[in-house]
Amino acid sequence: MLFTSYEFIGFIFALAILYYVFPKKLQWMLLLLFSYLFYWIANPIYLIYIAVTTVTIWGCGRMIERNFATQSEYLKANKESLTKEEKKAYKNSKKSARGRWLLLGVLVNLGILAVVKYTDFIVGIFTGKGLGFMDLAVPMGISFYTFQAIGYLIDVKRGTVKAEKNLFKFALFVSFFPQLVQGPISRFGDLSQTLYAEHRFDWTNVSYGIERIMWGFFKKLIIADRVAPAVNVLISDVSVYHGAYAFVGMVLYTLELYADFTGGIDVTIGVAQMLGIRVTENFNRPYFSTSLKEYWRRWHITMCQWFREFVFYPVSTSKAIQGLAKFSRKHFGDNIGKKLPVYVSTFVVWFATGIWHGASWNFIVWGLLNWLILMVSEELEPLYDKFHGKFRFSNTIGYRIFMGLRTLLLICVLNMFDCYVSVSETFHAFLTMFTSANYSIFTTGELLNLGVSALDYIILLCGVLVMLIVSMVQVKGSVRDQIAAKPYPVRFVIWFALFLVILLVGAYGIGYDSSQFIYNRF
Amino acid sequence: MDELLEILNDLHPDVDFTTETGLIDNMILDSFDIVTLISEISENFDVTISAEYIIPENFNSAQALYALIEKLEDEE
Repeated sequence: MLFTSYEFIGFIFALAILYYVFPKKLQWMLLLLFSYLFYWIANPIYLIYIAVTTVTIWGCGRMIERNFATQSEYLKANKESLTKEEKKAYKNSKKSARGRWLLLGVLVNLGILAVVKYTDFIVGIFTGKGLGFMDLAVPMGISFYTFQAIGYLIDVKRGTVKAEKNLFKFALFVSFFPQLVQGPISRFGDLSQTLYAEHRFDWTNVSYGIERIMWGFFKKLIIADRVAPAVNVLISDVSVYHGAYAFVGMVLYTLELYADFTGGIDVTIGVAQMLGIRVTENFNRPYFSTSLKEYWRRWHITMCQWFREFVFYPVSTSKAIQGLAKFSRKHFGDNIGKKLPVYVSTFVVWFATGIWHGASWNFIVWGLLNWLILMVSEELEPLYDKFHGKFRFSNTIGYRIFMGLRTLLLICVLNMFDCYVSVSETFHAFLTMFTSANYSIFTTGELLNLGVSALDYIILLCGVLVMLIVSMVQVKGSVRDQIAAKPYPVRFVIWFALFLVILLVGAYGIGYDSSQFIYNRF
Repeated sequence: MDELLEILNDLHPDVDFTTETGLIDNMILDSFDIVTLISEISENFDVTISAEYIIPENFNSAQALYALIEKLEDEE
């Protein structure tokens, strides 16, 4: 069920009415029912996967919690009789047991993810041909809910959160339907507080939620789905669409990706807010970034946090890496020893991030290129600092805009790996931008033969301008707060205009099949 | 404490670590800095700060970080 379908609108309004009519203590149960119904509509088989993840992670979490309780009781009861060494030995043995439960939960669930998502790819590496049928079995949003559940288990093991006692409440945390399709990847400590709480009808929440949903629809239907046909043509055959076409393709795909992914998350956050539930923000105007490092702090924030907390820090502070750092200090000097943990751990993180996005060499190379650029920038930072200290213009708005455009262009190029079927074709398409002398297409009207009319381009341009203005207004604070501060007639005009624009200008009509969200396949 | 301040000053000479209490909240230290810092602490204090201790409360100020080092030294 697509977020932009009439079925989905009916689904959330039916839920919202029941949610506020039902006794408040049953609200979370209703959410669980609707979440499983949502998943069941997508494919009943998927329910088996999500149920296995829920039960195994919940069980391991409970065992870790029990271990903590036993440890605490034992130490309390034997406070006087145990020596410091005995206490330490006891704590270490308990900690190891908790580590084994964590390992079990992680291995089972990463195992499921690996089998359904990566078997084809791995078999393909060794045999040159995949099995072909595995793709069909990949459950919707499995990368998102698996990571969310594993994050919970690590938090329980670290003692950051208490394990959830109620299996069904935990099932809701894993399957909460608005974020099942494409995230965000929520932390239990953040989401559970509002997910299980009782919510009474609050007009501000409901109206803010609807506004956010409409804004998501605007991005998805007016921009992403309108530009998608052109992108599909432009990336279909590099022997035909090379040079200037490849350039236009990468720019339009970057626009589509932004409108599609942030639009989807707007709908997620909006639906949750309508129900009084607060879901973590996943973006912070990422295309305004002035460096790749900054971009990765502002794009897909929850995924980046997940990798930082649960891969980057554990790997970089592990005994193996710290030992390697000591060895390097001794043999290659302080400078290398100091930097080695960062370089090795970020390599692991970007390899994993690439693989997380999909089972293909394209994503692996995309991840490793991100790593390479980030590390080279890190090495060159002293030079940049010197440059900025020497030249005053580096503090001007003009220079910041230049840095922003440069970063955006870099992101466009990296996104090409998402477009083409292989790494070699991606590099080939990139190189044609410098070798094909077909930049006259910008003046000969060739771009009108890509399934996007002149009117579509005008609507796209207006849509992008609106997004840009909203993003700039957002710098001053929440746009919805600013709208809410206006008198009712003004607010009504804004709401009505947004509704009318989506209705009249959205990329649909009789027989129109709205595209699935891009991040759904990750 | 002086040894820790020296490590921190090497990392960011422009910051006054004796008074700053928002090293993480104010985004003065990023994740790369934290890992470099942990590596330096491991070298100079002979304690290993594992990932579970990387929370803002432990890294927001030099004092908090020093308290963590003392706690870990005591445990080890």
